[in-house]
Amino acid sequence: MWRFIWIRLLQAIPVIFVVITATFFLIRKAPGGPFDAEKPVIPSVKRALEAKYNLDQSMWEQYVSYIAGLFRGDMGPSFKYPGWQVEDLIASGLPITAELGFYALLVALAVGVIAGVIAALKPNTAQDYIPMSLAMIGICMPTFMLGPLLVLLFGIHLEWLPISGWGDLPGDKILPSITLGAAYAAYVARLSRGGMLEIMSQDYIRTARAKGLPERVVVIKHAMRGGLIPVVTFLGPAFAGLLAGSFVVETIFQIPGLGRFYVQAAFNRDYTMILGTTIFLSVLIVMFNLLSDMLAMWMNPRLRQQVSGKR
Amino acid sequence: MTIVRSISAFVDHNPIYYSNGFINIEINMPIKLAGIIVLLLASTIAACGTQESNVDSGNRDGILHFGNGTEVQGLDPHVVTGVPENHLMYALFEGLVNKNPYTLEVEPGVAESWTVSEDGRVYEFVFRETAKWSNGEPVTAKDFEWSWWRALQPALGSQYVFMYFPIKNAEAFFREEIKDFSQVGIKALSDNILRIELANPTPYFLQLIDHYSMFAVHRATIEAHGKASDSYTQWTRPENFIGNGMFVLDEWSLNRHITVSRNENYWDIDKVKLNGIKFYPIDSLTTEERMFRAGQLHRTENIPIERIAWYRDNMPELLHIAAYNGTYFYRVNTRREPFGDVRVRRALAMTINRDLLIASVLDGIVTPSYSITPPGILGYQPPTLFKYDPEGARALLVDAGFPNGNGFPKIELQFNTSDQHRKIGVAIQQMWKKELNIDIVLQNRDWKVYLDNESTANFDLSRAGWIGDYVDPNTFLDMWITDGGVNRTGWGDPEFDRLMLIEAPKAAGRDARFAKFNAAESLLMKNMPILPIYTYSSKHLIHESVRGMPSNVMDHYNYKYMSLQAKPAEIAQKDEMQAEGGE
Amino acid sequence: MDESALATTSLRETLVSRATNESSQVKQFEKGTSLWADAWIRLKKNKMAIASLYVLLALITLCVLTPWISPYGYEEQNLNLGAIPPSIAHWFGTDVFGRDLLTRVLYGGRVSLTVGFIATSVALFIGVLWGTISGYLGGRIDIVMMRIVDILYALPFIIFIILLMVVFGRSMLLLFMAIGAVEWLTMARIVRGQVLGIRRQEYIEAALSMGLSTPTILRRHVIPNTLGPVIVYATLTIPQVMLLEAFLSFLGLGIQPPQSSWGLLISYGAETMEDYPWMLIFPGLALSITLFSLNFLGDGLRDALDPKASKD
Repeated sequence: MWRFIWIRLLQAIPVIFVVITATFFLIRKAPGGPFDAEKPVIPSVKRALEAKYNLDQSMWEQYVSYIAGLFRGDMGPSFKYPGWQVEDLIASGLPITAELGFYALLVALAVGVIAGVIAALKPNTAQDYIPMSLAMIGICMPTFMLGPLLVLLFGIHLEWLPISGWGDLPGDKILPSITLGAAYAAYVARLSRGGMLEIMSQDYIRTARAKGLPERVVVIKHAMRGGLIPVVTFLGPAFAGLLAGSFVVETIFQIPGLGRFYVQAAFNRDYTMILGTTIFLSVLIVMFNLLSDMLAMWMNPRLRQQVSGKR
Repeated sequence: MTIVRSISAFVDHNPIYYSNGFINIEINMPIKLAGIIVLLLASTIAACGTQESNVDSGNRDGILHFGNGTEVQGLDPHVVTGVPENHLMYALFEGLVNKNPYTLEVEPGVAESWTVSEDGRVYEFVFRETAKWSNGEPVTAKDFEWSWWRALQPALGSQYVFMYFPIKNAEAFFREEIKDFSQVGIKALSDNILRIELANPTPYFLQLIDHYSMFAVHRATIEAHGKASDSYTQWTRPENFIGNGMFVLDEWSLNRHITVSRNENYWDIDKVKLNGIKFYPIDSLTTEERMFRAGQLHRTENIPIERIAWYRDNMPELLHIAAYNGTYFYRVNTRREPFGDVRVRRALAMTINRDLLIASVLDGIVTPSYSITPPGILGYQPPTLFKYDPEGARALLVDAGFPNGNGFPKIELQFNTSDQHRKIGVAIQQMWKKELNIDIVLQNRDWKVYLDNESTANFDLSRAGWIGDYVDPNTFLDMWITDGGVNRTGWGDPEFDRLMLIEAPKAAGRDARFAKFNAAESLLMKNMPILPIYTYSSKHLIHESVRGMPSNVMDHYNYKYMSLQAKPAEIAQKDEMQAEGGE
Repeated sequence: MDESALATTSLRETLVSRATNESSQVKQFEKGTSLWADAWIRLKKNKMAIASLYVLLALITLCVLTPWISPYGYEEQNLNLGAIPPSIAHWFGTDVFGRDLLTRVLYGGRVSLTVGFIATSVALFIGVLWGTISGYLGGRIDIVMMRIVDILYALPFIIFIILLMVVFGRSMLLLFMAIGAVEWLTMARIVRGQVLGIRRQEYIEAALSMGLSTPTILRRHVIPNTLGPVIVYATLTIPQVMLLEAFLSFLGLGIQPPQSSWGLLISYGAETMEDYPWMLIFPGLALSITLFSLNFLGDGLRDALDPKASKD
């Protein structure tokens, strides 16, 4: 198992390197520079700015000095907020987005797995349709619609919960977490229902039943382990994708998270910030894909036994 | 092998689950979960049901909660641009003069008084003895001399440096044609006298020095964190910050808020009634409006158009809409056919039913515009050379060779992505289709691509807007000189250039000057390189407890005039509650 | 050790010896046609799925026929009328331009359904192919293919779209490509995960021992067995694609006014939900009905294609 993790971590190095390189050159091909504004920038001012950010050098020189900076832990100042280092901005937004994503994922898993498993137990009956329909709400109501709806209902009309901020007022984390989680709940529910049905027809489940095990044991200890593999495969990229996906929720609820930086950076052509967040995202993706692969292995008895058998 | 062993492994290790039947899972789990969720919700709701809103606590503590659009790029007055920054600059700094928010007349600031020479070219500002930095040091004429020298450093990258150009040799110094700063018309004669010499008499010069790009900064603080010409150094961080405004910087939390509090060293602090301001960067208009409704903000930067009718019907006293010093228009690329033909440009302008557009899509909050300059700036009235006339427009198109739109090429109208630009485009697209039978493709672009297309003349029609930098028609007209930086239409006329660059600056007196402007603007509108649509409005929601925040054409605030007063009824209620609590 | 390198010879031997006992399963997949015929028979028994199928077909027909049955044009404005709630003349009400919302929802359905199905098919095709090959071949090929997926996940999507637009201009084809290019990634991961399990199934070993070629095994035995999760995920991808289209339109790549789509109608409706609720409710309903139908149909298909489930 450790060997497996090491190899995957080693593979991450070229992945991240390719991502950095591709992003570095791609963003410079996008029209519009970081200093373009409605009023044209006076040429001498523009030259001064370009000199300050090394944009007057050749692309390769810039690239080399950027990589060199990375090794020193220096991602450079943001172009949009030049008084701040990119790594500081990421550090300020990351804990918030990570917390938001974690709560959202909890919501998604709680709602989704329960709905999916219950539905899979008696397919094509009311016990299937009702929980699945409830779980579907998150897909039928996209985030930009569910968020304002919750705000209007619980924040404005009932006045139960705060409608903005993160950690400023008690309870202000509830609505954003539900909003972001709802979208994923539907996916989790669908995938776990499908996965459970797949597993429930497997031979080993039949064997377990034939052995006279109570249905509850069969479901929770045996079927869920294998049946939730598609969910776990989905979770890796999903959690990494939260970074980009949380942008809408962060905007609706006025949350100072990383998602806003990530999306705004692209629109602002904030080269260093795009690179910084992208590098960060790629690390997340590698880590979470690895994690979800490990989980899937742990949950799939066959894969797991082969790993341990091999060692 | 694998299957059987794995199952027996599970069973061996987990002998606990056997007693309950299957049914329990089906029923118990959702019920239990629902119970837990309800409990959790109920406990949080109980915890926050009694929360005091920002507006209530702000009214009590004298803190203004201020919706401020987007996050500021920085807090250095010589470097920043933009409206959110503007709001902060006037809180943290003070120029030689201030503006009265009711009349927009100039009031003394750091300068107690000033004199103007007879030819209007030399200003002498007398500094106030009591003007101080937030660390208690006096603000002197030398501070301004050094600050203005700094602003003219090309390496600093000040985007508003053109504000200085009326000053003698300032532009030459900025362009490094003159190295010696003593040749520039900026001179501190003593600690409290600043002498400014202009190249030409500039009637709006006092309006310029109220702009934040001409504020002074604290030399020792800046030099402690880098060279004078370094932009965005650490000196604007709360722990280092020194200013001379009514407030000092307390906290700067990116994408969350910026808080400022009273500067006790400010010379006129007795007149300042607010204890502090909290500025919130809020990207989404709808979020901002909901925060206002939930009592989180005293004032919003904007209002979604769709919400205006509701406020008008239900809470008209909170709605503040006023004419704003800006014009919304479409740029026409005259280098591209068929727009080389002035008849085509005029036909398009004449087929926009501005009244109907404004009444339907813009909720009637703006006024139609038939020229580039907003009407009534300092009494200046722009010419109106055309009106809504589809009949006449069709005749023009026939002359231009496109009877009933036949043979008219498919042209594109680009706009930067925004709901409002889209709506206006959709309405106008249909007007042109209906009246002229020509097809326009609407294309939204992200802001940077849009700018790139405009500056490289890669467009047919392009949505645009212009907000005046100061209160004078000049700010709307000098941009249209041949190949001017923001002209971008390809249109140019030597006569227009002559009127704007030579005749108007030399004209004696406001009337003569405005006559030249009018002649120039008539020339512009006869040639129609732009299609004017409407004059902007500023629109804000302002809580009733806020006093001294009047609407004006510059959307300018002077925090010295502001105060927070809870409504009498609220105060009464509060007193009552306190009395009850005391018993 | 990567899980892809786990199919060891010793294991294979054991499985092959067992495969003879599992020949009933193998036979079932040998007869490709009967799989689909059986599935159809099973699907027909699922009332919910069949009802959903009819609803979908009805909706598609309605959207296709709109130009001939609607008394209004989707771009036809009446600025004097403005936004009015549902009435006899306008069943779904009108938008701020006085355009008939029913007509616009049906026209939007044409765009959304087209984008939804085509772009999902693109994603499905690439994703299944990529995931199957990667998972089945394993080893270095698997490593490289999956790391490419990781890289594509990480690249900044907005910049990618802006570049695409600058290079190619705006077109529907580009829209499908852009959406397909994003959506296949998760699909590939899910399929690969499935294939890893299937590859070690006894019937694959049996097929191998019978000397079938790799493409044949993939086509006949591997891909059909991934269909369950693939169908489920595909029905999940369709709504995602429809919303992605709205986001791409926001970036300027998708469709442009006066055309519209469900995603766009809903996003405009969401902005004004308090003032013009009908502008959110009706497009939202159209989308919800479609998604629910797709969901039940998808689940029905999944169940019908699961050969083992039918024996229970």
